[in-house]
Amino acid sequence: MGAFIIRRALFGILVLWIISVVVFVMFFVAPHDVARLLAGRQANQAEIDAVRRSLGLDRPILDQYISWVWKLLHGDLGYSYRGSVPVRDLLASRLPVTASLAFGAAIIWLLLGVSAGVLASVRPRKIADRVVTFLALFFYSMPTFLLGLLLLYFAFYKLYTAGLPLFPGGGYVNLSEDPLGWANHLILPWFTLALVTAAVYSRLTRGSMLDVLGEDYIRTARSKGISEKRVVLRHALRSALTPVVTQFGIDLGALLGGAIITENVFGLPGLGQLAVQSIFNQNLPVIIAIVVIASVFIVVANIGVDLVYAFLDPRVRLT
Amino acid sequence: MTVNPGVVPQRSTVRAVDDRDLEELGEAAAEIQGRSPWQLAWVQLSHDRVAIASSIVIALITLAAVFAPLIARLVGHGLADQYPYSALNGYGLPVGPSKTFLFGADDLGRDVMVRVAYGGRVSLIAGVVASGVAVIVGGIVGLVAGYFGTVVDTALSRFMDVILAFPLLLFAIALVAIVGPSLTVTIAVIAFFSWAVVGRIIRGQTLSLREKEFVEAARSLGASDLRIMFVDILPNLVAPLIVYTTLLIPASIVFEATLSFLGLGVVPPTPSWGNMLSDAEAYYKVAWWFVIFPGAALLLTTLAFNLLGDSVRDALDPRYARLFKA
Repeated sequence: MGAFIIRRALFGILVLWIISVVVFVMFFVAPHDVARLLAGRQANQAEIDAVRRSLGLDRPILDQYISWVWKLLHGDLGYSYRGSVPVRDLLASRLPVTASLAFGAAIIWLLLGVSAGVLASVRPRKIADRVVTFLALFFYSMPTFLLGLLLLYFAFYKLYTAGLPLFPGGGYVNLSEDPLGWANHLILPWFTLALVTAAVYSRLTRGSMLDVLGEDYIRTARSKGISEKRVVLRHALRSALTPVVTQFGIDLGALLGGAIITENVFGLPGLGQLAVQSIFNQNLPVIIAIVVIASVFIVVANIGVDLVYAFLDPRVRLT
Repeated sequence: MTVNPGVVPQRSTVRAVDDRDLEELGEAAAEIQGRSPWQLAWVQLSHDRVAIASSIVIALITLAAVFAPLIARLVGHGLADQYPYSALNGYGLPVGPSKTFLFGADDLGRDVMVRVAYGGRVSLIAGVVASGVAVIVGGIVGLVAGYFGTVVDTALSRFMDVILAFPLLLFAIALVAIVGPSLTVTIAVIAFFSWAVVGRIIRGQTLSLREKEFVEAARSLGASDLRIMFVDILPNLVAPLIVYTTLLIPASIVFEATLSFLGLGVVPPTPSWGNMLSDAEAYYKVAWWFVIFPGAALLLTTLAFNLLGDSVRDALDPRYARLFKA
């Protein structure tokens, strides 16, 4: 187990290093003038030169890269081009929104996906199974932003005009200020993000449940007279969940991507909205910081998922 | 040669075998046609109602996209033509579906139906080209990694792992921020982040294929590595490659629509379903048709491709559990 953790962590560090090089090359070495970009459209040559010096862009590339990584490692993400706010503070103020969205959605999609998959697998080819498989395919084909727009139209606007304003049409309320308002504002975004991904999980759970339910030990459990409910939920589901854990690790990246879209549809002031705004503002330090932070999150989370997986299934540690 | 058991004549009664029976059997055997696995897959697909229905939907959408100028000519509304008097009401808001504007009008007083038809071009081109490139690159890298093994395999596999560990949409966004949005950039970004998925699967398949006797036979006949890879092994990989192409197309279409929706894909005034929905976002309360028609076109297309991909996989790889069967 120890060797596995070390190997996994080393690969994570390798990925992070490659990502740092790619980001650096993309933003600083790519064939365009960063100083000119940062100085703005109306800047004259002297101003551009000043920006170039202050960013250290006149130094050798390797030198620049090392000092950039050095600053990153010390948590120095630079200053936002707009309003000269430290990028770190900017991200810190946006993080709770994205975290609320992502965690809530992940919980809903796991619960929804796994229970739909179990339901479908208990009576394969029967009506429940067909309904679940059709819904899974339907939501699997559904682009996240389209689902968001449809939910806005039907669950917010149609209910609102019908005199039943159950859900707000966007915006965000802090958890600490008003927990109920927080949940209420996030319900539609949560489901937007969760339904699309839950489809994959119901499909996955159904398949692996069907495999497991055919195993000998399930027959043994049944023949001992254990209730069917206990056989399915205790004996079968436990081992059927291993592929679900793997998929969850893969989907963490998709979760962030989905958060970008959902935040933009529902006007949630999170990191995803900030990322898209920063692109339109050409606010490079913020874009770079978000890409780096997101990559670190995905790599670290993937290591975590692998460790859970290795814990569940001892065979993994050997490969 | 695989023989379809369904072709053997059914015998209603069981009798002792005599010469006449053998003669009959001989005649029956002459009627039995050997069918290749491809023919079998084709027979299964052409009897599959889901596959037929989704193919028809895809064909209709493709026709609408190809003949978009004809549709524009028929309704008499050009792609970029604005109709401030007939398409916008007194408050300057777009009018809904009517005889002149079958799908309603958009915020600038343009015909939504014409724009949906033209938007299909962008989606189909992005979907087909991006997944085509991804499958070709992924196929070659997977083949090379799986065939040569050892250091080559380790290097290429790790490279694919790294790409799969990237936060995809964020990098796409960052890249667009630098080079500026366009259809070409969109396609390149989609292909770049999709090929590793294909590569990983093809590598796994090649790994087991290269141990097969026919590869050994080819090698003992003095075939070069290149010949073994592309003449002997590749035909065995066509089935998964076809399946992955059909499944990557809808994923690429969704990706393109998403980038365009965020304003980072196809740039207006060129219509794409994604950027139409982006415009519609501000008007969904007053103009449902502005959301529903491009949205329905997008959803129908991805749904049809996913259903077809599922049927194709079912026909080509019977081991795989079918997702949806009507």
